[in-house]
Amino acid sequence: MAIPINPLTFAAPNQVRWPDSTLKNVVHWYHFKKQTGIMNNYELMVIFTPVLSDDDYTTIQKKYKDFIKENGGTIESENPWGLKSLAYPIQKKTTALYWVAEFRAESDLNEKLKIQFLRDDNVMRHMVVKLDKHAVEYTTRKRVGVKSSEPQNSEA
Amino acid sequence: MARQEIKYLTAHKAEKRAKKYCRFKKMGIRYVDYKDAEFLKKFLNEQGKLLPRRITGNSLKFQRKVADAVKRARQMALLPYVTDLMK
Repeated sequence: MAIPINPLTFAAPNQVRWPDSTLKNVVHWYHFKKQTGIMNNYELMVIFTPVLSDDDYTTIQKKYKDFIKENGGTIESENPWGLKSLAYPIQKKTTALYWVAEFRAESDLNEKLKIQFLRDDNVMRHMVVKLDKHAVEYTTRKRVGVKSSEPQNSEA
Repeated sequence: MARQEIKYLTAHKAEKRAKKYCRFKKMGIRYVDYKDAEFLKKFLNEQGKLLPRRITGNSLKFQRKVADAVKRARQMALLPYVTDLMK
């Protein structure tokens, strides 16, 4: 007779009791991660209101960059897209200022960052995406490509 | 009865349709970027809906990634949720 296997833990029911043990495992994993300080690559995209002036746009970027650095993260790259028209209106606005940045930090930074964004009236939307190894390869290659193509544009 | 005299009720399809392929696997693309809205539009119909796999020919792995990327792009207002005549 085949032993019924718990699909969540891949263990027979007499070996592992499900909710307790897996929850414990998650908590253990979290603390383990905190101790060892595993850094992840993240990509941040923020949509600011178009009301901001150019100076405000740069200062608000600096504010969030400093916030990431203060909390133990490092900025890998940043790319201010500037004013861009939205695909659909957000808060009755049809254009917005985009800002994309890549950073490297521990996972608990994201919650702190989220609170900052939600408190800020100038931020209409924000998104943090974790980059896997293929994504990191893609972004680094793209960054290098952009850098090499820029001088050619200025010459022409 | 000779071979040539056999007649079918419906005409046989002479040409074979070209086999569909996953363009990500063929081109060696490993990551689908949600910021590249123009690229993602290839996988949408005119109303901004995702095209099915049977039309695009994507493998399951990359169809999932495309779907995730499109949903992210919609959240960040790079792609519309609903439209008419997107292209």
